Amino acid sequence: MNGPQDLGGMMGFGPVRPEVDEPVFHAEWEKRALGLTLACAALGEWNLDMGRHARESLPPHIYLSVSYYEIWTRALANMLSERGMVTPDEVTAARMLVPAVATHKPKASAGQVAAALAKGSPYDRPVDRPARFKLGERITTKVMHPTTHTRLPRYARGKTGEIVSVHGAFVFPDSHAHGLGEDPQWCYGVKFMGPELWGPESDASLEVIVDCWEPYLQDRAA
Amino acid sequence: MRALETVLLAKGYVDADALDLIVETYETKIGPRCGAQVVAKAWVDPAYKQRLLADGTSAVAELSFAGRQGEHLKVVENTDAVHNLVVCTLCSCYPWPVLGLPPVWYKSAPYRSRAVIDPRGVLADFGVTLPSDKTIRVWDSTAEIRYLVLPQRPAGTEGWSEDRLAELVTRDSMIGTGLPQSVGAGA
Repeated sequence: MNGPQDLGGMMGFGPVRPEVDEPVFHAEWEKRALGLTLACAALGEWNLDMGRHARESLPPHIYLSVSYYEIWTRALANMLSERGMVTPDEVTAARMLVPAVATHKPKASAGQVAAALAKGSPYDRPVDRPARFKLGERITTKVMHPTTHTRLPRYARGKTGEIVSVHGAFVFPDSHAHGLGEDPQWCYGVKFMGPELWGPESDASLEVIVDCWEPYLQDRAA
Repeated sequence: MRALETVLLAKGYVDADALDLIVETYETKIGPRCGAQVVAKAWVDPAYKQRLLADGTSAVAELSFAGRQGEHLKVVENTDAVHNLVVCTLCSCYPWPVLGLPPVWYKSAPYRSRAVIDPRGVLADFGVTLPSDKTIRVWDSTAEIRYLVLPQRPAGTEGWSEDRLAELVTRDSMIGTGLPQSVGAGA
């Protein structure tokens, strides 16, 4: 979806403000936001792509005005509410009002944390069909504006670039975010030159590499 | 936040000790010093560097760095001709096992919006100016591959140990918004 998350090329946000000796967390609640987001995800009620879609589905005026941990927290509360796990009334009351629902996986214990974080969740998957595009091939990205989740940024739609990596097949977010299964698709690194993306005023030596799943790509436009 | 946590604990969805351990892991155990060790090793060990550039995930696992948000790691090398810069324009994708959690600016609209259209302007915000004929290669982390920049080894460090070299490797130099400390400025 053309949501507020798709920021590449937007203007007007001002300079980047690096912080000297930045702490890992700026407040106690940020620690809780991280811990709860990871611990709740481990319950298996949603996947990574559903989590991303919940964040980018926040109203643009909210997404663009709150901190990143608040984006996480609001999306988490929405996902919990949509699944009947925690109701908004319970958050307001700060206590349990309706029984807990059964989850796909039990809550993670402290003893499981280190192994789970160290293991991660690989997203590459075997597929039984060959990659359609080859290293060095020139392709054009599709012009598409799905109202659903996608990972092809607007700035890279309808642009011609070169395949510089064939990463393998990966879980396809456009399907996975909507409960349509993992639907693995080949994924490529595609190099676009600055002027192709941004016009003749762009730095001619700029290269932008975007990782694109095969359904985002088509043969080079004539 | 406190209310949500209270309800989640009361309903048995999360465990208090597990939450503390998650926080402690990213606050004290996993951070940019991990990536600095990887870079320093690549600077002194050409065979390791070759493995690192060929398969980042396996090469950092040799140093016991692995896991969430680093399942598919690709290391990109800065050279005299090319400077690499990593961004996630769509969210906050970042190589956690080697750099820890991303800084606030990395997740912010100013960085995510401008890194792909005006990377030299972004670098200027960090006080970094590169020769105009140097290629800037920006990696937008749109899929599950996470990127780590291998910066160039500073001059005047011949014969240095890995530990001493690692002191020169800043977090920003592994994102591409900075350069390693030069000799005399740091160690």
